[in-house]
Amino acid sequence: MKKPENLGFRLGTGLFGLVLVVLVAAIGAELFRQSWLSVQKFGLNFWRTEVWDPVAGEFGAYPFIWGTLYSSILALLLAAPISLGIAVFISELAPNRLKPVLVFLTELLAAIPSIVYGLWGMFVLVPAVRAFEMSIPQALKATPFFSGPPFGLGMLSAALILAVMVIPFTSSVAREVLKAVPTAQREGAYALGATRLEAISAALYYARTGIVGAIMLGFGRALGETMAVTMVIGNNAKVSLSLLAPQHTMAAVLANEFSEADTNLYLSALIEIGLVLFIMTLIINSLSRLLIWSMARPMKAPVSAVVPAMESAA
Amino acid sequence: MTRKIKSGLAAIGVATLVAGAAAQKVQIQGAGATFPNPIYQKWISEYNKLHPNVEINYQSLGSGAGIRQLTAGTVFFGASDGPMTNEQLQAAPGKVLHFPMVLGANVPVYNLPGVNAELKFTGPVLAGIFLGKITKWNDAALTKLNPGVNLPGSDITVVHRSDSSGTTYIWVDYLSKVSPEWKMKAGVATQVNWPTGVGGKGNEGVAGIVTQTPGSLGYVELVYALQNKIAYGSVQNMGGEFLKATVDSVTAAAGAAAGKMPADFRVSITNAPGKGVYPISSFTWILLYENPKDKTQSKAMLDFMKWALADGQKFAAGLGYAPLPEDVVKLEMAALAKIKVS
Repeated sequence: MKKPENLGFRLGTGLFGLVLVVLVAAIGAELFRQSWLSVQKFGLNFWRTEVWDPVAGEFGAYPFIWGTLYSSILALLLAAPISLGIAVFISELAPNRLKPVLVFLTELLAAIPSIVYGLWGMFVLVPAVRAFEMSIPQALKATPFFSGPPFGLGMLSAALILAVMVIPFTSSVAREVLKAVPTAQREGAYALGATRLEAISAALYYARTGIVGAIMLGFGRALGETMAVTMVIGNNAKVSLSLLAPQHTMAAVLANEFSEADTNLYLSALIEIGLVLFIMTLIINSLSRLLIWSMARPMKAPVSAVVPAMESAA
Repeated sequence: MTRKIKSGLAAIGVATLVAGAAAQKVQIQGAGATFPNPIYQKWISEYNKLHPNVEINYQSLGSGAGIRQLTAGTVFFGASDGPMTNEQLQAAPGKVLHFPMVLGANVPVYNLPGVNAELKFTGPVLAGIFLGKITKWNDAALTKLNPGVNLPGSDITVVHRSDSSGTTYIWVDYLSKVSPEWKMKAGVATQVNWPTGVGGKGNEGVAGIVTQTPGSLGYVELVYALQNKIAYGSVQNMGGEFLKATVDSVTAAAGAAAGKMPADFRVSITNAPGKGVYPISSFTWILLYENPKDKTQSKAMLDFMKWALADGQKFAAGLGYAPLPEDVVKLEMAALAKIKVS
């Protein structure tokens, strides 16, 4: 016995929900259609070829896939502990008067346009990184991670700038998630004689799915970051383990080469890079969703329900 | 009462007159190369002062985008730093004509702390550096060219454009002419598979990296180096002279080419022969259909082109471009007559 307006409401909102699905499907279909020329010509080799030669008309996305993943993972490794520390400090330890100031500051970091980060990266971060790279001892330089001349521009600068850009997102979501942990949880821990550290770790454990969500949100942002990265990464389509080597990312090559792509195949290959980025983002988001689900299942408390709400809040 | 009606009628009359004049307004859309954008915008605003009914809108999206939009018919004219290829011309729905508008040049910029002398380069040496074969500043090839200059033993950091660009096209076009190895390994295009170096986005990106990185060498447009007062080296031309890029030496490069200008103006003037010729110079072109659909726009555009090629040239030097030599302008005026206005 549903009321008719109730049905209308359900259908209406359902339609809006459908718009989202259609939009994503349409983007995917259009990317695929526009990149068909390149898909046909290179097939799966596109994913593993290391050559990007617009003159010869040979295109492979491997250096860009590598650069995107490498820089994002490095940024994640740097940003995740710092963001968690910030979140724990603000939500659990900071004096009440300091809290709003810290929250305001992290939100301010998130509001800075990426071109500003890029300029800061070029004029402040890169020279500092260069000085650091020149002081790396020879023994370390022999390892594949620190080989090559110290340009300053390169993977290390890109990872650092990405980490700075990701921190506000990850830390504010993690903070909100920690805030959503019921007070009873902490009180229970203290009642059992837990120290502050133990109580906080219990809260962190309780909020773990939300925290994974926060980190994955940061990862997603790092994957797609364009302007700031292209200004500091050196833009060289070569695969290298070295943090010192100039490399390239998918978003950066699109921003750099799209406007001047003069042959159909070139343009098509660039759009296929967009398609690869789209597919990779889809896979990574699905995997993180799966991870959150699998972590949430044993528990009844619906902490994971907090995550989508927080994502939209961020 | 009647007076009121009369004045009312007069007002209506004036209104229709104004509307009539407004209807004759011609709007022309164009898109393309970023390199000539400053002078195109200057021309457009100066021309609009003389002919308020002609409104030209130029979007500097890049040469490739200009060619694509012209082919798709979304703009009336395109603009490019490199001439269209035969394939691109065939892909266009109508016959496209090229018109050189001004000249530009690329200059080698470098950062060598402690070296105040102006460095000299030759084409083969620049190619060697960009191929990654000459890697040290005190390489014999460089010290031989620059006797008396105390060149350090540090690595050369090669800086190129990361975005595809007409500037790169001119640079690698020159390298291809002076080095067969460059031609074979990298070739000529707005973006190539760079054998070595780091990429900066835009002239400002390259200049930024060069000014910050001791031991670096890159290339930027002359306009950019002049406006930002970046020091640059001289390059040896075909006759063996070492020349810095100046308005005169760049115009001379076009003058040398005027004698054997192909009818479609699709010509590269890098490494041009002649005295006083700066070797890394190039035209930048406006692209027009020979038989455009809209004849009103066609007529207005033609008048604008004639003005830009004649009176407009005087704005070039002030903005860091080299004006076209008169011989070339004469040829172009004749070629403009091919465009159909009715």
